[in-house]
Amino acid sequence: MTDLLKIEDLKVHFPIKKGILARTVGHVHAVDGVSFSLEKGETLGIVGESGCGKTTAGMAVMRLTPPTAGKVFWKGEDMEGMRPGKLRSLRKEMQLIFQDPYSCLNPRMTVNQILSDPMDVHGKYPGRERADRLAFLLETVGMRPEQGKRYPHEFSGGQRQRIGIARALALDPTLIIGDEPVSALDVSIQAQIINLLQRLKKQFDLSLIIISHDLAVVEYLCDRIVVMYLGKVVESADFASLYSDPKHPYTRTLLSAIPVPDPFRKKERIILQGDVPSPINPPSGCRFHTRCPDRMDVCEREEPVMKTFGPGHRAACHLYGKN
Amino acid sequence: MCHLCNVFALFSKAGDMGKNNTDPLLSIQDLNTWFFSRKGTAKAVNGVSFDLAAGQVLGVVGESGCGKSVTAQSVMQLVPDPPGKIVSGKILYRGKDLVPMTREQMRHIRGNKISMIFQEPMTSLNPVYTIGDQISEMFTLHKGCNKRQAMAAAADMLQKVQIPAPHKRVHDYPHQLSGGMRQRAMIAMALSCDPEILIADEPTTALDVTVQAQILDLMLALKEEYNTAIQMITHDLGVIAEMADQVVVMYAGRVVEAAPTKNLFSSPLHPYTKGLMASIPVLGERTKGQAKGLTEIPGMIPSLYDLPKGCRFVNRCPHAFDRCKTQEPELSRADAGHDVRCWLHSQGEVTP
Repeated sequence: MTDLLKIEDLKVHFPIKKGILARTVGHVHAVDGVSFSLEKGETLGIVGESGCGKTTAGMAVMRLTPPTAGKVFWKGEDMEGMRPGKLRSLRKEMQLIFQDPYSCLNPRMTVNQILSDPMDVHGKYPGRERADRLAFLLETVGMRPEQGKRYPHEFSGGQRQRIGIARALALDPTLIIGDEPVSALDVSIQAQIINLLQRLKKQFDLSLIIISHDLAVVEYLCDRIVVMYLGKVVESADFASLYSDPKHPYTRTLLSAIPVPDPFRKKERIILQGDVPSPINPPSGCRFHTRCPDRMDVCEREEPVMKTFGPGHRAACHLYGKN
Repeated sequence: MCHLCNVFALFSKAGDMGKNNTDPLLSIQDLNTWFFSRKGTAKAVNGVSFDLAAGQVLGVVGESGCGKSVTAQSVMQLVPDPPGKIVSGKILYRGKDLVPMTREQMRHIRGNKISMIFQEPMTSLNPVYTIGDQISEMFTLHKGCNKRQAMAAAADMLQKVQIPAPHKRVHDYPHQLSGGMRQRAMIAMALSCDPEILIADEPTTALDVTVQAQILDLMLALKEEYNTAIQMITHDLGVIAEMADQVVVMYAGRVVEAAPTKNLFSSPLHPYTKGLMASIPVLGERTKGQAKGLTEIPGMIPSLYDLPKGCRFVNRCPHAFDRCKTQEPELSRADAGHDVRCWLHSQGEVTP
C-alpha cells in the first residue's frame, strides 16, 4: 500500500536579508531535514514547542511555503514537478484548519460566502446544488443552516472554529491539516471541537495531521506522533509506545513537564535549563545537547541518526549507541 | 539587595507581624464589580467571596468571561473606570478595606504588598525602558533607594529568578529577551518588594510547556523562600492540581464551587466542575487504555448582559430541574471546607 503522503528530507530555510542591498546574511533553518509519512485514514500528530518548525512543515506539505529541498509525494507522485494546474486541483484534496478562529474568517463575508469561496474557485457544487451543500456543511459541523446568512463577528470562538472546519470540508478533501485547531478555545469548547473532528474523520474517511503543542490533545486524537525540536524530528512512534516508553530525552522532558490534573499523582519533573536556541545558528551535533539532561561528549560533535526501537518507533539520540 | 532596602524590609515586616494574626491575609467579601455600557450592565463579578491565607496558593479556575481576571483587577484597584466600577463589597487586606482607599494610599500597597504578574509579558512590560529601569523603579518608589542601589538590587532580583548574566541583562530591553525570560523578569519585578500577596493571572498560558515547568517551579521555590501567598488564576486544571492548596471555581461572575484541591479533584460536586474535568484529555489515559471519551459541556457561557433567571449554568447542565430555572442557589457548605452553589447539594446550611 502506498502512503497517502510521504515527506522525504524536507528542508525549509528562510533567508535573512539585511542592509540596503538586501543581501542574504544568513538563514533561519525552520525545517531542516524532516521525513514522515501518512497512511490513508490515519491521524498523525506533529508536536513540539514554538519555533520547532511544526507549522512550517505543515505549510510546506501544502506547498504554501516552497520547500528549499526535499520531496513531498502525494499518493506516490512527486509534487515538485507538477504543473500549476495539477497542483491546484490537488489542493482541494488537502485543506487547512487554523488556530485562531478570529483571524481566519473574512469579517466582510457572510458564513455562506465564506463556505462558497472554495467551491467557486474549484467549480464544485454549482447552481442549484449550492444551497443544499451549504446547509449540509453547516449541519455537519453542528450549526443551523439559517446561521449561514450571518457574519463571523456574530459567533463565539467555538462556532467560528466550526465554520473554519466546515470551510475545510467544502471540497470533500482527503486530508485535513489542523494547525493548533483547539489551542485558542476555552476548555469546555475544546472537547466539542475534538469530538467533532473525530466524528468527521469517521464520517468522511479523512486523514488528519494535527499540529499541536498540547501532548494530551495529541495523545487523545492521533494514531502516530512525530516529535520535533528545532527543525528536526527527534522521535516518531505510534501513540502507545511514545507515551509509555519515550526514548528521546526531549520527549521525556516534554511528557514530564505537562501539568496533570490529578493532585494525588506525584511526578518526577525534568526541568530544562534555558530556552530553545535560535534556529538561525542551531547548535552543532545534536540540536538538543545544550539543554539535554543526559548530555555526553559525542552529542556536541556528531549529529545522531535515527534508530529503530520497534515497529514504527524511531528516535535520534546518542544514548542508544552508534548504530 | 541593597543595605538600606534590607533594613526597610525588616522594619516593615516587623511592623506588620503584630496585628491581625488570625485573620486571613486577604479576604474578598461579597464583591460586585460591574461594567456599565450602552448594551446594559455586565455583572462581571457578582457577589464573589473568598479568603487567601498567608503562604497559601489559591487557584481560581474558570473560562474566559467568568470574572476571574476582573476579580484580580478589583483587588489591585485596576478596574478601568469608566466603564467598570466596584459597586459593593469589601476587599480586606490584613483587615483594612482596599475599596475606599485613595489612589495615594493604594499606591503604597500595589506592587509593594500586593503585586501582580500577567499573561502576556510583552504587553505588560514597557518596550522603551530597559528591564533594569523597570525593576529598579520598584526600589526607588517603595524602598527609597537611590538609582545606583536600585539598579544593583534589580540585578540581584534577576539573579533570583535565574536569569543568566543578570548584570548584563538589566540593560536589555524587553524585546531582547525570550518569552520565558520576560516572564521571569516580570516575576522579578513583582517580587522585588517582598510582597505578601502575588496575584498571577494566567502566568504560563503564553509559554511553552518546558518553559511553563520552569516558571511554575520558580514560583513554588520563591513562595517557599518568602512565604508569599499566591492567587493563581488559570483555566488549566493541570496547573491548578500541581500548584494550588485551595481552589475556587468561577462561572459567569459567580463562585460555583470552592474546596481544598484534593477534595475538589477527588469529589467535584458542581455539574460545571464535573463537566470541566470530564472535558479535558488527560495525559497518559489513552495509552493506559483508560480513555473515557470526552464529555462535552453543551452550549456556551451565557452573555453577561443576558443571564438566565435561575442558576447561571441551567442551560448547559445535565441535571437541571424546575427549581434551577426559576431560583438561583446560594453558595452553601456541602462538606467540610467544601462549598458549592447548586440545588443538588443545598441541603446543608447556607454559609454566611
